[in-house]
Amino acid sequence: MMENPTKFIVEPGKQEVYIIREFDYPVGMVFNAHADPDLLVQWLGPDNRKVKIDYYDSRTGGSYRYLILSQAGKEVAAFNGVIHECTFPERIMQTFEYEGLPQRGHVSLDTMIFEELPGNKTKLTIHSVFRSLADRDGMMQSGVETGVNEGYVKLEKLLGVMSSIAG
Amino acid sequence: MQETRRDIFQAIADPTRRAILGLIALQAMTPNAIAEHFHSSRQAVSKHIHILIECKLVKQELTGREIYYQLNPQKMKEVADWLEPFRKLWEGRYRKLDNLLANLKNKK
Repeated sequence: MMENPTKFIVEPGKQEVYIIREFDYPVGMVFNAHADPDLLVQWLGPDNRKVKIDYYDSRTGGSYRYLILSQAGKEVAAFNGVIHECTFPERIMQTFEYEGLPQRGHVSLDTMIFEELPGNKTKLTIHSVFRSLADRDGMMQSGVETGVNEGYVKLEKLLGVMSSIAG
Repeated sequence: MQETRRDIFQAIADPTRRAILGLIALQAMTPNAIAEHFHSSRQAVSKHIHILIECKLVKQELTGREIYYQLNPQKMKEVADWLEPFRKLWEGRYRKLDNLLANLKNKK
């Protein structure tokens, strides 16, 4: 099966990011994979990392904290937040904070909208709003830890990025 | 008056400039041909093109008596490079989520 594309809308000069992805599965399933910590740990981390839940109460008014571990079990990063709203199967709103920064307070507000599409498919839209442009761009580049070293980027890929920037 | 130094991210911050890049990504175009795609004045479009040139996102080439503008893919790569780690992280996540969902569905 062809992998569905992940669309990023990251406009220069804006304190927000949109991530849009479709799944060939029913909306309830996709929602639960985001709200059930037992499912979340199975996909959330990067390929070469493990996710360990410290606590996760995914109800409205609940809170969460999880760790990213190396394969050897060493803590690499920690994240926490509170869940403003968790409404099955359509919406999760929560704060998100990376604990590795020199000072606290660099929090984003993440809204996940789950929409049912024809044919038992789901469209997920994540909208993250950051407190500053620097916060957003810092988060954008945080994936660097996965050790990305890109070679030649084909024109097609460039056009893909451009279309995502153009929205 | 000191002009602030522009970088590629400021260059693509403007919707008109992004539209110009989208146009010339497909083929080199003359200033007139580019301006025809916009409602704004020729001068306004020309100003946008010059900002793109200043940031080296656009190259100009003289063919006969006409100037053609074309995309500089090498410079565009800087934008792609900036986004790439983030893209990889999320695509990796979603690949795993796809697999998880497939497993959940099979168990039912």
